[in-house]
Amino acid sequence: MAETEKMIFPAQLHQTADGGIVVSKLDEMINWARSNSLWPLVFGTSCCAIEMMSAADAKYDWSRFGFEVARATPRQADLIIVAGTIVMKMAPVLKRLYDQMPDPKYVIAMGACTISGGPFFYNTYSVVKGVDHVIPVDVYIPGCPPRPEALLHALITLQEKIKHETYFGKSKETGK
Amino acid sequence: MTNEELKIAVSALFPSVTYDETGEYLTVLISPAELSPLMNGLRSNGDLSFDYLFCLTAVDWKTHLTLVYHLQSKVHRHVLVVKAKITDIANPVIETVSDIWQTANFHEREVYDLFGITFTRHPDMRRILLDESWEGYPLRKNYVDENMIEI
Amino acid sequence: MNLLGEDIITEEGEFVINIGPQHPSTHGVLHLKVWLDGEIIKRVQPHLGYIHRSIEKMSENLSYRNFIYATSRMDYLSAHINNQACALCVEKGLGVEATPRAQVIRILMAELTRLSSHQLWWGCTGLDLGAVTPFFYAFREREQIMEIMEETCGARLTQNYSVPGGIMYDIHPNFQKRTKDVMKQIKSKFQEYDDVLTGNVIFENRTKGVGYLSAADAISFGCTGPTARGSAVSCDIRKWHPYDGYEKLQFDEITETGGDCYARYMVRMHEMKQSVSIIEQLIDNIPEGDFQAKTKVVLKLPKGEFFQRVETARGELGVYIVSDGAASPYRIKYRSPNFSNLSALDHMARGCKIGDLVAIMSTIDLVIPDVDR
Repeated sequence: MAETEKMIFPAQLHQTADGGIVVSKLDEMINWARSNSLWPLVFGTSCCAIEMMSAADAKYDWSRFGFEVARATPRQADLIIVAGTIVMKMAPVLKRLYDQMPDPKYVIAMGACTISGGPFFYNTYSVVKGVDHVIPVDVYIPGCPPRPEALLHALITLQEKIKHETYFGKSKETGK
Repeated sequence: MTNEELKIAVSALFPSVTYDETGEYLTVLISPAELSPLMNGLRSNGDLSFDYLFCLTAVDWKTHLTLVYHLQSKVHRHVLVVKAKITDIANPVIETVSDIWQTANFHEREVYDLFGITFTRHPDMRRILLDESWEGYPLRKNYVDENMIEI
Repeated sequence: MNLLGEDIITEEGEFVINIGPQHPSTHGVLHLKVWLDGEIIKRVQPHLGYIHRSIEKMSENLSYRNFIYATSRMDYLSAHINNQACALCVEKGLGVEATPRAQVIRILMAELTRLSSHQLWWGCTGLDLGAVTPFFYAFREREQIMEIMEETCGARLTQNYSVPGGIMYDIHPNFQKRTKDVMKQIKSKFQEYDDVLTGNVIFENRTKGVGYLSAADAISFGCTGPTARGSAVSCDIRKWHPYDGYEKLQFDEITETGGDCYARYMVRMHEMKQSVSIIEQLIDNIPEGDFQAKTKVVLKLPKGEFFQRVETARGELGVYIVSDGAASPYRIKYRSPNFSNLSALDHMARGCKIGDLVAIMSTIDLVIPDVDR
């Protein structure tokens, strides 16, 4: 019986005479690599952007999870964290940025304004009541503004969501 | 200068103005046609010397629109409020003051955007906060928008 | 005609580029159309409105206690000072004065807010000009101040602590000791800030002589705050029209004569030290008593208009309330400092290079939601 060891990435190591053989599912390897190196796009419109910057600083430090390299251009980014209210003048710009990002791409809606319009829901003529009217969203973070720990929790949730994706074979949820 | 001295000095230059002293600052009431000479005089006169326009806005009173200018002098430190009443609400027009105080450039564009008041001789009269294609003037009391969810 | 069907008029050899609305500067969504001849800027045209949330229209349907929350989101880095301005304006209308204890606590919170706002500005200035270290140093101190705010006010960024009549609830028992400890630590860091950025030869070359604004132009464009004080214009509302007890405090109004980016930078650095000094004067002398004056449950301002001016971290904020006797304001106008400061950007940037434009924008210290309201 070959010996197996627990590895730090989702695989099993079978010891052989000179080294070993690593056995894994390709889906798990791809998901592990993708979720641990998501590069966010620098995008913040209003107050939630300050809490996003606080999550990037040394106290809360999102670079522990692989999010350190924040790209300025959407062509190199995997993730867009929509931090701040989206108004009708900004919505086409956001859609264009989302379209410019290459697949696979993910969206986190941060703050109450992006979920539903937030504190600007009633009696406003220019606010888009929820960013999911413009782009599809993966994770929602409530709060006004949410704490940096809430943003970290959302990032970890997104990582777990990515780990359930499949590229080969049948999907766990749909069975197709 | 105190409010009394300001009244005397302004009336000496422009006898046709009226005053409203109920508020915190002395308020000068003028008709829109005579706005430009008054503003030029307030700026250039050495005793008045109002060189700092710190607030320019409009109020919609449903039957008329009022433009409100808050002026201060950095030299003498007194404050004056000038109000101009526009009665033609279908087509409100008034002269610009952006050649006297450069801050009025942006403020008058904002008033045009939100109230629809056109400023003649303004160097760049177009909307500033809303999209160019927006219809209507949102801060008017008779503004109707089906996208607005009202309480 | 460009691709969007707009008429862009250019001269021979000129071309137009767009900076923003999404760009790696941390100021917000500002769209600049820049006319360039090579790398020299001929004209800058700001396009606003990408975060216009119709706060003034929204406030016409809210009560006089409720409308204050929206101002925390306007200039979110001086959120407490914005709330204080609204509370003061409503108090002016009601003829009520806040209790002495509330006034002192409001000033303490305002100066803490000013200090944390200037620290974030310092970090972002370094970041915009290419230095990444100041960003982390600045947030280290800022986090400590935000923890103090969170303990007393309940929120880190959008505090909503001032109400008409005073403050919402009393300070936390730890507030005084914690603030004194943090002030001691921050004072020891000012030398570090100077070592890292102020005396740096690259920083000095990028900011000295760049973006000149004369005093007459600053007044004509309506610039206030450190933007104008860097051009030797004296305009600190805490000195000119004091409120909430500022007249009893000992502090200096900082002005510099340079008129360039370096002068505006030095004004803010010195203002941080003045804020620490004000906090130290007050932290052990908070008067006892009520933290809120008695007011009715439903507030109705009498017919008339009321104007309150305060000094935020970026300049003069004016709150103008027109009331017709109802329980909601008839018209609210916020005279925001950043709206006027931004109008001077075109004038300052002509003749400079694109790299200088970034330096000018970071020393004006713009917060775009305050421009658009």
